[in-house]
This record gives sequence, structure tokens and C-alpha cells, in this order.
Amino acid sequence: MTYKKRFDGRKFDETREIETKVGVIKKADGSAFFRIGKTIAYAAVYGPRELFPRSKQNPKKGVLRCNYNMMPFSGSGDRVRPGRNRRAGEISMVTEKSLLPVVDLSGCPNAVVDVFIELPQTDAGSRCAGICAASMALADAGLTMKDMVAAVSAGRVDDKIVIDLDYKEESYEGGHVADIPIAMVPSTEEITLLQMDGRITRDELKKAITMAKKSLKEIAEKQRKALKDKYRGK
Amino acid sequence: MGKLLLKNKEVAVPGEVIAEGMDYLPGFGTYREKEKIIANRIGLLFVDGKVVKTIPLEGRYLPKVNDVIICRVFDVLMSGWRLDINSAYSAVLMLQEASFKYIQKGADLTKFFSLDEYVVAKIIRVSSQNLVDLTMKGPGLRKLDGGQIIKVGTYKVPRIIGKKGSMISLIKDATGCRVIVGQNGYVWIQGDPEKELLAIQTIKKIEEESHKSGLTDEIKKYLDKKVKK
Repeated sequence: MTYKKRFDGRKFDETREIETKVGVIKKADGSAFFRIGKTIAYAAVYGPRELFPRSKQNPKKGVLRCNYNMMPFSGSGDRVRPGRNRRAGEISMVTEKSLLPVVDLSGCPNAVVDVFIELPQTDAGSRCAGICAASMALADAGLTMKDMVAAVSAGRVDDKIVIDLDYKEESYEGGHVADIPIAMVPSTEEITLLQMDGRITRDELKKAITMAKKSLKEIAEKQRKALKDKYRGK
Repeated sequence: MGKLLLKNKEVAVPGEVIAEGMDYLPGFGTYREKEKIIANRIGLLFVDGKVVKTIPLEGRYLPKVNDVIICRVFDVLMSGWRLDINSAYSAVLMLQEASFKYIQKGADLTKFFSLDEYVVAKIIRVSSQNLVDLTMKGPGLRKLDGGQIIKVGTYKVPRIIGKKGSMISLIKDATGCRVIVGQNGYVWIQGDPEKELLAIQTIKKIEEESHKSGLTDEIKKYLDKKVKK
């Protein structure tokens, strides 16, 4: 019961400060920048383009291929060893699965849409930031998608239900911690990603998801605003 | 009575509700979800009577029959050529479609079109799996010698050409360059080196501001200023 206030003074249902931008990488077909607190994600989309090796092609619809990468200097302590590892592989896979329900690739059989997510700086919630950036970049690339995908982490720290845990909260040692990344299609409230580290009761989980849904709709608004801002002004 | 939630020619983004009510019909770039019409790709809203559609702003080229495109030869086959069409798919130019002249079997095909050469061609067939066949038989379809090629967004091409070619003739008149715009986003420009540069700058400007209205007048002023200098 020592956890009464959040370390950075936020409310329990408040996310960190969010900054969104689209079209940050010129050579890519679509790109986006997503910052939540100290976590920064860049996403670049290339394609649809030819897929090799041909054994990976799908003649019924296009393939979505995601790649999640933390940069060597992105952690808050030790150097993150570059290259493939179990964690990055898994996050790439769940990112792909959380985006697939909204993206319609039936128009480009045998082709691939590549999504590269790079994280120059992380402070927990990196897979959520990656998904947010990737969904904006996919929209920026002009792909057919029925909605955006927004993602945020919810969870509990000690006996409090909180939204968008930062690294300090995630590694809190005074009590139980649960970290639950959630991705959702805002218009249908369809949940496309739900993972958990730690432990939580059924009721608390329900409460966390309800709280996350509210934040996710706000995040989706910010994603759409960034897409519109690209064409505004100038 | 249904109502529009966005103004005409505003930017619509995926998942955004454009209209409510059954009076409106969803067109390209939109879909219906119960009472609502929702955008499913980024584009400019265009209301045509009852039909609500969006004009795409971004995206890769998807081959369409009868499009005149600029392509690059990247492989020579047994009886034809394989060409890059700035899309997820490559196209095949078969021997009998390559020329009005008779090409003998076993002839050296690189004498007609060699690797890395650019041609203007027309799409004659697109299969359900997006296999593309081209032809070079037709007016204006030819090999491109000299000049330079630039890439622009596929969906900016209509703006670069303008209504009845108004924009493109503006550039041609002001710079004296020869310009060919392929539907796939490749643009060929040939002229004086300095004028070529101006033409490229103008096209890039159009590409950047393609979502604005009244662009032809603005480009006219821009070109007048640049040419006088």
C-alpha cells in the first residue's frame, strides 16, 4: 500500500505525453513517428512490392511482414545487443497479428508489405508505440485499411490500476505489478493484441481493459490528426 | 435524412466516419458499416450526388488495362522482355507486341531493347494475379533515348497532367522540354539541362501541393517568375 501516487505525477488513467507525425522518412512509401513519454518509435512501410523467396508468396492475398528493432543505445542501461533475438522476433510477430485484421491486402496477391519499426529510445511500452507508429505508417502508405490500430499498456502497480506504465513502474518492487499491452481497433472495439506480464485478478483485468479502451480512443484521434496535418497548412 | 460529417475535398483518413444515414452510397475508398459510411484509405473526399468516394493521395501503382506507362527493361527473356513498371509486379513485353516490324526467331533481342533502357508502353492485359502484358504497337509508344527519368507518386499523375493536359502543356511551353508522364509515376524529361531542372522542380512542386485547389494558376505564376529571371 505504499504506491499512492504515480512517480511522474500523472493521474492513474492518464497516458504520458503523446507526439505524432507522419511522412518522416522520404524514401519510404509511408512512414510515421510516435512518441509516448520517453519512448520513441519510427515506422517505415515499403510496398506492396515483390516478395522473394517465392515460396513465401501467397497467391490469395498480400503478405504483411513486420520487423521490430530496438537500437543498441535505446535501453536505459546496458547496450541492447543488435540483431535477431527471441524477444524482438516475438514482438514482430504480435505486431503483425495485431495489424492484420484492419489491413486489406486482397488487392495485391503474391506481394509483400514490409513494416520496419525502429526504437531509438525506450522507456517501457515499446511494442505499443511500435504498433501505433506502424498503423499510421500503413495509412500514410495509402493501403486499404478499415480503421487504425491504437495500442497502449494497462496494468496494475501494487493495488492500483494504471494506464501506460513507464519503466520505473514496470520494475516497481514494493508490490505486485502486471503489465498488459493492449491493441484495439477503435471503431469496433475489437482487441487485436492482449499480452500480460505479472499477475492480476479477473476483476482488475476487466477494469484495466475498460480504462485502456478510453485511452485508446484518444490515441486513435491523435493518429488521425497527424495524418491530416500532413496535408494541412503548407 | 443522412448528413455529411466532412466537407467536400477535405482529407479523410482510415476509420473516419464520413457520412451517416442510408441516403449516401459508399464509393471507392469507403465502406458501409450499418448506418455509417467510413473511409478505408487516405484520400480527398469527393461527393458526387449520392455517392461518397475518396480520391487517393498515396499508394503504389496498380496496373490497369489501357494505361500508358514508362517502364525499364530489366531482363531479356527467350522471346520478349521483362520490364519494371514501378509497381509490386513486373510486366512482360512479348515479341509479337514489340514492334510492327517482323522480328526473326532467335534474333538478338538486346538490339531492340537492351537492359536498363526505358520505353513507353501500353498495358493490354492484367490477370487476376496481376500478371501484366504490354504492347509497343500504337501511337506514341516508343523507346526513350536521352533525357532523364524522375519518379513521382502514382496518384499525383492526374494533377501533373491537369484538366485536358493543361498543367503539362504549361510546363512544356514554359521550359521547352519534351515531357512524357507515365500513369505509373515515371516521368521522362528532355531539353536544355537548365530547363530540365526547372521542369523537374515544377513537377516536384505540383507533387507536394497536389491536394490544393487552384494549383494551375499558382504554377503558372511560379513558372513565369522563374523563366523571366
